[in-house]
Amino acid sequence: MAKPRIATTSLAGCFGCHMSLLDIDERILQLAELVEFDRSPIDDVKRIAGRCNIGLIEGGCCNEENVAVLRHFREHCDVLVSVGDCATMGGVPAMRNLVPLSECLREAYLDGPTVHNPGKRLPDDPELPLLLNRVYCCHEVVAVDYHLPGCPPSADTLWAAVVALLQGTPVTLPYGLLKFD
Amino acid sequence: MTDKILFTIDGVELAAEPGQTIIEAADAAGIYIPRLCHQPGLNPFGSCRVCTVRCNGRPCSACTQPPAPGMVVENDVPDLQALRAELVEMLFVEGNHFCMFCEKSGRCELQALAYRFGILAPRLDYCWPQREVDMSHPDLLIDHNRCILCARCVRTSQQVDGKNVFQFIGRGTKKRLAVNSRASLAGTDAAAADAAVAACPVGALLKKRVGYAVPMGRRRFDKVPIGSPGDIAPGQEQ
Amino acid sequence: MSTDHARTVSQICATYGNDATRLLDICRQVQGTLGCVDDDSIDAIAATLELPRVEVESLVTFYSFLSKQKKGRVVIRLCNDIIDRLLGFDQVLAAFSEELGIEPGQTTADGITLETTACIGMSDQAPAALVNEVPVTELNSDRARLIVRELRRHMDPRRLVTKLGDGNNAHELVRSMVWNNIRRHSSAADDPSGATAGPRLILSPNTRPEAMRKALSISPAEVIRAIKTSRLRGRGGAGFPTGMKWEFTRAAPGTRKVVICNADEGEPGTFKDRVLLTERPDRIFAGMTIAGYAIGANEGILYLRAEYAYLVPYLEMVLRKRREAGLLGPDVLGKGKQCFDIRIQMGAGAYVCGEETALISSCEGRRGDPKNRPPFPAQRGYLGLPTCVNNVETLCAVTKIMEEGPASFCEHGNQQSSGTKLLSVSGDCLRPGIYEVEFGTRLSRVLELAGGEDAIAVQVGGPSGQMVGPDRFDHNICFDDLGTGGSVMLFGPRRNLLEVVHAFLEFFEHESCGYCTPCRVGIVQLRLVLERVMAGRGEPGDLDSMERIGKTMRQASRCGLGQTAANPVLSSLKNLRSVYEALVRPAELGRRRGFDLAAAVHLGEVLAGRQSTHT
Repeated sequence: MAKPRIATTSLAGCFGCHMSLLDIDERILQLAELVEFDRSPIDDVKRIAGRCNIGLIEGGCCNEENVAVLRHFREHCDVLVSVGDCATMGGVPAMRNLVPLSECLREAYLDGPTVHNPGKRLPDDPELPLLLNRVYCCHEVVAVDYHLPGCPPSADTLWAAVVALLQGTPVTLPYGLLKFD
Repeated sequence: MTDKILFTIDGVELAAEPGQTIIEAADAAGIYIPRLCHQPGLNPFGSCRVCTVRCNGRPCSACTQPPAPGMVVENDVPDLQALRAELVEMLFVEGNHFCMFCEKSGRCELQALAYRFGILAPRLDYCWPQREVDMSHPDLLIDHNRCILCARCVRTSQQVDGKNVFQFIGRGTKKRLAVNSRASLAGTDAAAADAAVAACPVGALLKKRVGYAVPMGRRRFDKVPIGSPGDIAPGQEQ
Repeated sequence: MSTDHARTVSQICATYGNDATRLLDICRQVQGTLGCVDDDSIDAIAATLELPRVEVESLVTFYSFLSKQKKGRVVIRLCNDIIDRLLGFDQVLAAFSEELGIEPGQTTADGITLETTACIGMSDQAPAALVNEVPVTELNSDRARLIVRELRRHMDPRRLVTKLGDGNNAHELVRSMVWNNIRRHSSAADDPSGATAGPRLILSPNTRPEAMRKALSISPAEVIRAIKTSRLRGRGGAGFPTGMKWEFTRAAPGTRKVVICNADEGEPGTFKDRVLLTERPDRIFAGMTIAGYAIGANEGILYLRAEYAYLVPYLEMVLRKRREAGLLGPDVLGKGKQCFDIRIQMGAGAYVCGEETALISSCEGRRGDPKNRPPFPAQRGYLGLPTCVNNVETLCAVTKIMEEGPASFCEHGNQQSSGTKLLSVSGDCLRPGIYEVEFGTRLSRVLELAGGEDAIAVQVGGPSGQMVGPDRFDHNICFDDLGTGGSVMLFGPRRNLLEVVHAFLEFFEHESCGYCTPCRVGIVQLRLVLERVMAGRGEPGDLDSMERIGKTMRQASRCGLGQTAANPVLSSLKNLRSVYEALVRPAELGRRRGFDLAAAVHLGEVLAGRQSTHT
C-alpha cells in the first residue's frame, strides 16, 4: 500500500510553523517512514504531483497568489489543515487589516521614516502578486477541515494532529496543546 | 439558622445565603460557571452573558439571578456550553485579538475560556474594527482593540478604588470605554496601583514595562483550564 | 469656554434644581440652547452637578438627539424606516442633500443640519421628516427642495406648516400637518349608518371623568380586581397581565410609588400612541391616575419620545386643565382619597428606552441602558421606588374598563386576549392608518380593510415581531398567535423581502444599547451573513449560521431588544425560507462562495495599475 501523501505550504506566514514541524526532532524520521512528502518547502517540491491525503497550510491569504495556491491545495488534498494563527485567524499579517491598504503601502514604501524611495513608486513589478484588500484567514477562502492555532503550534501539537490524521482518528488536542500564542 | 435557599445546579443540591446570586452560591460550593464580566466583590453587571444558565427552563445570567427555593438550574449541559462558546467567539471577532504578541496571553480570561471550550478558530466573521491605543499615562495603557466592555475596570474603580476613572460612552457598536478626562488616561487620577488595573480580564488595561514577566509554560492558564480545581482563584493572581 | 456659555449651562442646571436625576432634561435643554453638548458644556454640567465628567459624556453620547458636535439652528431628520425607504426616502434624501449642498450628517454654513433617523411614527404618511420638532409628512423630492428654500428664507420650521391635519393636529397648540388616519371598517359610502364602522373602545369619543369617579368610589383592591376581571394585557407587545403588574406594585413595600406611561413608541411602523396622545390624552391621563390610585402612587411620569415633542405644549395644556378641574393634584376629585400628579419626561432618541427598565434608567437621567432583573420595577424601579410602567394604549383601556365595566370590555376579543387592539397599518396598501380591531381578527381581514390583499409578506409587530407570508394570513391578531404592539407593515409583490430584513437589522444595530455581547455582536454578525446571501454569495450553511446566531441572541441577550433583534431573520427564515434558498448554492471545489477574489483584489489592481491574472 502506498504511503499517505502530505503537502505543505506557507502563504502569508513566516515559516515559523514549518520550523515548528521540524522541531518534532527525531520524530521526523518516523514521519518520513510514515508518509510521502509531496509539494512542500521541506523537500522543495514546487508542484503537487498527485492526490494528497493531507494538506498543511501555514499562513493566511494576503495576495492573489496565496488564494490560488490555497485553492490548488484544496482541490488536491483530502484533508486540509490550517496550521498556525495566520492560517486560522490572519495572525500578525492581519494587523494590516486595521489600516486601509493604500495607507499601509504609503507608510511602507513612500512616507515611512526609514524609506528611501526617490522614484516615489509603489512596488509594481509584474512578478509581484497583487495584494488583497485585507488579509483573509484560510477558512474564509476555502473549506478547511481542521484548525491548529498557535504562533506557532508547538511541535507536540503538530505531531499529535498529524498522527491522528494518519490514523484516521478525530484530531482532539489535550488542554496543554491548544494555544493561541 | 437563617433561611438558606435550597436549589440545584445540574442535580447537585446547594444552599445559598439570602442575597447571593447563583454564581456566588455556585462558587461557594465549588461549582464553576464560566464567566467574564463577573468579579467577586463587585456589583453584578451581566454584560458578557457567558454565565448564562437555565433556571427552571428559562435562560438567565447566573451573575445577576438570585436562586429561588427549589429552583432547578442547568449549567454544564451541551447546548449552554455551545452558546457560551459562541459568545466567546463573538468577543474575539468583535475586537482585534492578537494573542501571539499580547502581554496578557496565558493569563487572559477570554483566551482561557476559548481554550476551555476548545475553540480552534472562530466561525463568525471578523470585524477588524479600527480602534485606538491610549499610551498617554506614564505607567498604564489602554488598548481598545482588546476591550470586551465587561466594566470590571469601571466598577472596580468606583467600588474598590473610590475613583471614577472609567465609564462607557456611545451606544451599540460604537460603545467604548472612556476615561474621566477630556483628553486621555493621563488626565485622570488613575494609578498603577489601582485595583482597576488588575481587574481587566484581557489585555486592554495594562501596566507598562512589566509585560511578559512570566515565561510561557508557567502562566496561569498554561497547564490548567480556567475554573478548574488547579486554577487559582480569580483576583489572587499577580 | 466663554462665561456666557458657562452661565447658560449653570442656569439650565439650576432650572432643574441641580438635580443629577434630571441630567437628561438638562442635556436636552443645553442641546436646544447651544446646538450641542460639547466638551465645555460637559465640563460645566459635571462641575455644577458634581458628577464625574465621563458620566455626563456617557449620557450625551448615548442618545441620538444629543451631540457633542455643534448642529445647525435647524436640524432636518429624515426618517429612514423601511416604509419610508419603500416610498421614496432615497429620492427625498438626495433632494435635501443636493438643495442644501451637504451630505447627511453635515451642516450648512447657514446653519441647517441634515440627518437621517429611525422611525418617527409617521409611517402612514411616509416619507416624513422632523424639522427640529416639526413633523413634515408625505415628502417627495419637490417638497424637500421647497422646504429647504423656505427654511433659508425664515429658518422657522413652524412656518413650514401651511395645511393643518385633522382633529387635534389642527389645535392651536399643535398646529401640525400630521393626519390621524383613523380608519373605519367600511367606507361611509358603503355603510351610511356606520354600523359596521368596527369596534370603538379605545378610540371611542373622549371620556368624561366618569371612569375616575367610579374608580375612586371603590377601593384600590377592587380597582385591581376589575382590571383582572377584564383580563387586560399590556398593549406594548409583551402582553403581561396589567392587573397582576398593579398587584405586584401595590404589594411592594414603600410609601412612595410611581406610575409611568410608556409613550416611547419607537417600534418601526407603529404610530397609534401618537394618535392617542393627540386625540385621547384625557383618557391616557385618567388611566394613569386610576393606576396611581390602584397601586398607591402619587407620582406619574409620561415618558414621551423626543420625536413627539411637537405635542408637548398641547399635552401640558391638557394636564393643566386637569389640575384646574381637580382631576390631578393634592386631592383628586375632592374625595380625600388620592394625591396624584403627572410630569412629562422627554426622551432623546433611543428606541431601547421603550424597554421598561431602560425607560426607567432614562427617567432617572441616565443612559438608557436596561437594568438587571431582578429586582423588577414593581419592587425597585424609578429611583429605587416601586414602579409600574404601562403602555399608552393599556392605560386608555384601563379608563374604558372603569367607565363601562370589565364585562363589556371582555365581550370583545377572545379568551386569551380580551378587548380590542389598535393597529398601525403601513406600507403597500391603499388605506394606511389606524385600525381598531377585536383581538382574534384574522390578518387577512386587516389586509382587506387596508386594501393590501396582494401583500407577499406582512411584518406583524414591527422588526421585533415576525414576518409572515401568505400561508399565515389566516392567522389571528392576538397574544397567542400573531402578537403585536400595533405595527403591521405590508410588503407588496415587487418588494425584495431580504432588503426589508436587512433594514431591520440596520435599525437594531443602530438602536442596540451595546451593553451585552449577543445583541451588540450578534446583530452585526447576522447582517454580515445576510449581506453575503443577498449578494448571491451564500452557501446553505450560511442559513444555519444565521439560525444559530439568532438563537444565541434570543437566549442570551439581556433585554427584550436583544432577545427579539434576530426575529426579522429567524421569522423570515421560518416563514419565507424559499426567499433565502433561491439565493444560496453549495460551494464548488471547496471554494467558499463568500470570498470574492475579484472584489478582494480590486484595490490592489488599482494601486498597482494592472489587472490580476488570477480572476
